[in-house]
Amino acid sequence: MAEPALAVRRLRKSFGALVVTADLDLDVATGECHAVIGPNGAGKTTLLDQLAGELVPDGGRIVFAARDVTRLGPDARARLGMARSFQIPTLIADLTAEDNVALAVQARTATAMRFWRSAYRDSTLRLPARAALARVGLAARGSVAAGDLAHGEQRLLEVALALAREPTLLLLDEPMAGLGHDESRAMIALLSSIKGTLTILLVEHDMEAVAHLADRVTVLVAGRAVASGSYDAVRADPVVRSAYLGGDA
Amino acid sequence: MLALPAAAGVLHQPFWINACTRIVIFALVAASLDLIVGYGGLVSFGHAAYFAVGGYTVAVLAQHGIDAAPVAWVVAVALSALLAVVVGALSLRTSGIFFIMITLAFAQMVFFALIAIKAWGGNDGLPLGARATLLGLDLRDPTVLYFVCLTLLVAFVACAAQLVESRFGIVLRGIRGSERRVLALGFPTFRYKLVAFVIAGAGAGLAGALWADYARFVSPDMASWSRSGEFLVMVILGGIGTLAGAVYGAALLLGLESVLSGLTEHWMLPLGLILLAIVLFAKRGVYGWIAGRDDG
Amino acid sequence: MSLALEQLLNGLQFGVMIFLLAAGLTLVFGIMGVINLAHGSIYMLGAFVAASVAGTGAPFVVAVLAGAAAAGLAGIAIELVVIRRLYARHHLDQVLATFALILIANDGVSMIWGKTPLNMAVPAALSPAVTLGGFIYPAYRLVLIAAGILIAAALYVLISRTRLGMLIRAGATHRETVAALGVDISRLNTVVFALGAVLAGTAGALLAPILAVQVGMGEQILILTFVAIIVGGLGSIRGAFAGALLVGVVDTLGRAYIPVILKPIAKPEIADSLGGGLSAVAIYVLMAIVLVWKPRGLFPVGPR
Repeated sequence: MAEPALAVRRLRKSFGALVVTADLDLDVATGECHAVIGPNGAGKTTLLDQLAGELVPDGGRIVFAARDVTRLGPDARARLGMARSFQIPTLIADLTAEDNVALAVQARTATAMRFWRSAYRDSTLRLPARAALARVGLAARGSVAAGDLAHGEQRLLEVALALAREPTLLLLDEPMAGLGHDESRAMIALLSSIKGTLTILLVEHDMEAVAHLADRVTVLVAGRAVASGSYDAVRADPVVRSAYLGGDA
Repeated sequence: MLALPAAAGVLHQPFWINACTRIVIFALVAASLDLIVGYGGLVSFGHAAYFAVGGYTVAVLAQHGIDAAPVAWVVAVALSALLAVVVGALSLRTSGIFFIMITLAFAQMVFFALIAIKAWGGNDGLPLGARATLLGLDLRDPTVLYFVCLTLLVAFVACAAQLVESRFGIVLRGIRGSERRVLALGFPTFRYKLVAFVIAGAGAGLAGALWADYARFVSPDMASWSRSGEFLVMVILGGIGTLAGAVYGAALLLGLESVLSGLTEHWMLPLGLILLAIVLFAKRGVYGWIAGRDDG
Repeated sequence: MSLALEQLLNGLQFGVMIFLLAAGLTLVFGIMGVINLAHGSIYMLGAFVAASVAGTGAPFVVAVLAGAAAAGLAGIAIELVVIRRLYARHHLDQVLATFALILIANDGVSMIWGKTPLNMAVPAALSPAVTLGGFIYPAYRLVLIAAGILIAAALYVLISRTRLGMLIRAGATHRETVAALGVDISRLNTVVFALGAVLAGTAGALLAPILAVQVGMGEQILILTFVAIIVGGLGSIRGAFAGALLVGVVDTLGRAYIPVILKPIAKPEIADSLGGGLSAVAIYVLMAIVLVWKPRGLFPVGPR
């Protein structure tokens, strides 16, 4: 078997007495779309925060791009090729949508600080930024301040930022949350179009999206992976049904 | 700004030239502070420390016979930048209220250190010698000094305005908006904040050096917490995140102080009330002005 | 040895007084998320009121209670008129508004009491020195230590054992839950702010007999209080106590011993200057060390 894009070994994290990640093992194969599902409080976002480097785990290892990244901060992991979207859109509200994406382009292209030339008239930033906006369907909204965009547009912008970074691993934290029916359809279509071009770890509640997108599904309950496999296999798993789906799914 | 001293010079009114020089020097401090407060969202309550270090560098060098301005000013900028590196490296590990308190505490450290060092006059301060030259210019001539200060202010604001539009500047604005997002994109934000902090400290150090040559005197008061507070007030009054607005902020506060102190001995009371009213009744708070501004 | 013990007691006395301010400041931050620069002004008011009440010939205890009460009333007024509007605001607004309050308070106090420092006599019953082992020590300073520790203990009981304390602890982390329980959050805020003000005013009143009561005394101790909170960890009473004692002891011992230590190893004029400088900055060096080691203070609050 090929080297997985992301390997998690015996990951542990507690907040006081509350165990949020319990000896978790997880492999995400290169190029697959791997969904992590689970009931509220299962520790999905906490897991994502540890993978992205925002939370330091209490124990265990995270291997990404053939490197142990457990101790690296979020910026260092991003430079290695990780990008993430946030569950609550985390954008630079007072910059325009295009400026937000341009910042992501800049993060990919130049690591050195540049103090003089205007970033607003830099076509090496602006053209890729516009392309990324067009790809998520926000081409006409580039000059609107990110904070003034509608919720669904902010979700799309989150994805545009991650894509503009041209990552090898995309961590998506509930991209469907709060979207209306049509918006959900559009988001699923967008994610389907990028699926296969990079590795995706998708944390999601929306089962329709998981069914459409996921090659493999891991079910998280109380910080523990209780099942892993195809969507249909996981759905049929009796442990999952009792712990999570409640038998009615 | 430029025409006034020219006119006053013709009328032989050094009072106005001196008033304008004071405004220009404080505007330089305020502009440097605005760089980190307005664009980086870093509320430093200790900016007076760099102002004082710049001033004391010039005074102490003069004490040892070095009174050529370019040398003294360069050393002043270098030393204040060095202090900013140390303070920034420590305080930027934190954020929010912690950052405010730590920058204030370190400025207070400079204040007390200056009081304690008797060789530099301690509490009484340190006067500068009679001579001060800049490449053949006599800096004791108020008009000469004014134009030198004005030139440096314009240069600093122009460079800073370029800076905030650059790639570096956009990252800085991004950090103010959401540091978490900027980190997630892969920028080592600590380094960016530190560089901005050091540039701001250097700007204040340059202003302090100019102040020493203007007042021909430095004292620990230059580093006092109330000075730091005044600098923040200037930034607010001039409009956060506008750089050039620092000039208006400095002029407004100095003007307000001199008008009120002409009216009453207890001028801080009405000044405080005016400030309080501005903060409380500005619709979305003073800081909200940023978001209301066109950023494009 | 006895000198060291004496300095240690001085440091302890200084530390517990700083704690009285730090506790209020850290509570107000923990509950309301507000930074209050005018906390030192409330302390100053307590000192001025106590000194002038004592000046009329009133008994010491009455003077201290008057100082504490005046501070509490001022705290309630400040909370209702100013602080209340700052909860949701950015820290910059809080800094500026409370900076304006300092200007108003300092000038207001100097309008009422003038610019010359007030003096307050140490109460006669407490003025004699007592002999402790090998040295004599002012009884009043021992009383200050005892009073500080007593108040700290009472505060601990209040916060860990009473309903108000439960609300204070919960209010810091779960505002919505507390509101959902039917508790009037804005009244809780006023009460906490007033409590902090009373503590600060008490410190001012207790210190009035051994300090010059003058404009500016508030900012001097405020910044030491900040250092104590930074060292101890923001929002934690335990941290405030540890930080305040550390600051008090390090500052006192630094001033007493750094010049002495330098004397044999440096030239006299250098030792003098350097010693003075170093002892003045000792607590800031302490703060820097703590920040490098534990950026969120010795007793950080909350996860992360």
